[in-house]
Amino acid sequence: MKVCITSRGPGPDDMMEERFGRAPFFIFFDTESEEHNAVENPFASGAGGVGPRAAQVLIDTGAKAVVTGNVGGNALGALRAAGISIYFLREPGTVKAAFQQFKGGKLTEAF
Amino acid sequence: MKIIVASGKGGTGKTLVAANLAYALSDQKEVLLVDCDVEEPNLHLFFPQGGYELPVTTPVPVFDADRCTGCGRCAEVCRYGAITVLKEPPPLFFEKLCHSCGGCEMICPEGAIHEEERAIGKIRFSNPCDNIILISGILDEGEVMAPRVIAAAKSYAGGHPTTILDASPGIACPVVEAMQGADYCILVTESTPFGLHDLALAESVTRCLGIPSGVIINRFSDEDDQVMDFCRSKDLPVLMTIPFDREIARIQNTGGLISESMPAYREKFADLFSRVTSAGGFSR
Repeated sequence: MKVCITSRGPGPDDMMEERFGRAPFFIFFDTESEEHNAVENPFASGAGGVGPRAAQVLIDTGAKAVVTGNVGGNALGALRAAGISIYFLREPGTVKAAFQQFKGGKLTEAF
Repeated sequence: MKIIVASGKGGTGKTLVAANLAYALSDQKEVLLVDCDVEEPNLHLFFPQGGYELPVTTPVPVFDADRCTGCGRCAEVCRYGAITVLKEPPPLFFEKLCHSCGGCEMICPEGAIHEEERAIGKIRFSNPCDNIILISGILDEGEVMAPRVIAAAKSYAGGHPTTILDASPGIACPVVEAMQGADYCILVTESTPFGLHDLALAESVTRCLGIPSGVIINRFSDEDDQVMDFCRSKDLPVLMTIPFDREIARIQNTGGLISESMPAYREKFADLFSRVTSAGGFSR
C-alpha cells in the first residue's frame, strides 16, 4: 500500500510539512518494501484552488492514505471522494519518523 | 460620461461622494448610479426604494458520467483547481473555484461536458427619486465571483450619458472590473497614513488602466501635508476637501445626504462634476 507524507524537502530526513495543499514535496512510501519516492508539488505556491489539485497528484499516484498536519475544505472533499484515508500528525518531526508512526499503527484516521 | 468613485482604503467616503454627487446633479439631469461594491452594496441606504431584481448567473460545467472516460484532460486544463478526476467518472467539481472559462468543455474529447447556468447574485433596479436611477449589484453570500456581478450591473447601465459608479475598496479584480471603461476616476482618501498608503495603490491602478483621476480628501486635516504632497508629486488634482465635521457625520449616519441638507455641498458637488468633465475632456 502506498502512503503519502507531506514534506518540506525531497528526502525522508526532511521535516514533515503540516500543510497539505501547499506542501513543497509529497513523499510516497510503499508500506511493504519501505521504498520511497519524492514528487515536487507544482501547486505549492499557486494562487488558489491548490488543495484539489494537490489531491489530484495523490489520486494519480495511487496513494491510499496521507499523513499531514491539516487539510483544507476542498482538498478534504477530493481526498474523501477518492477514498484516500487522512491521518493528522501535529508534532514536529521528520518524514521518516512520521512514516514509522503510521506503519506502527500509532496514528488514528481523522474522519 | 462614466465616473468611477474608488479609494483603495475602505471607509474613506466613496459612497458619500457617489450618493451626494448624484443627488447634486439630479437637479439638472438624469443620473444613473451603479453600486459596484457587490460584496457589501450600500448606496441603497441613501436611496431606499424597493425596485425589482434580476438574477445574475455564471456558466459552470455539468459532466455526463456515461460519456466520461476519466481521461483527466478537463482537470489538467483547469487553472483554478475546480475539477478533480477520480478513478470512476464523473469528476468531482468544486463550483466555487470555477471561473467559468469554458476550457473543460472545449477540451473534452468525448463531448461529456456541457455548461449550465448557476445563480451567484442579482441586480436590483430602482428609481428612488426624480432623475436618479439606481442599479445595485448584489453578490450572494458565500459566493466569490464578484467581477461577474459587477460586469452584469455595468452592462445593464449601458451607455447612459451620466453614469456614476461606486467601486469596492481595495485594488483587486472587482475594482479593476468596475474601473474598466470609466472616463474619469475620483479617488477618495482621508488624512491618515492608511488613507495615503492605499491612495498610492489605487492611483497606480488608474495609471495602469489609463484613466484620468483626481482626489477628494475626506476627514481633511490642515495639519496633514502628506496626501497633498503625494498628489502634487503625481500631478493629481485635489478636487475637493471635506472637513472632519460632526454635522456631516450626523447627517451621513442617519442615511441623509449632505448635498440635500447643506446647500453649500450641493453647489460643491455640482461644481466638482463640471471640473471633472472638463478635466476628462468631455462636453457636458
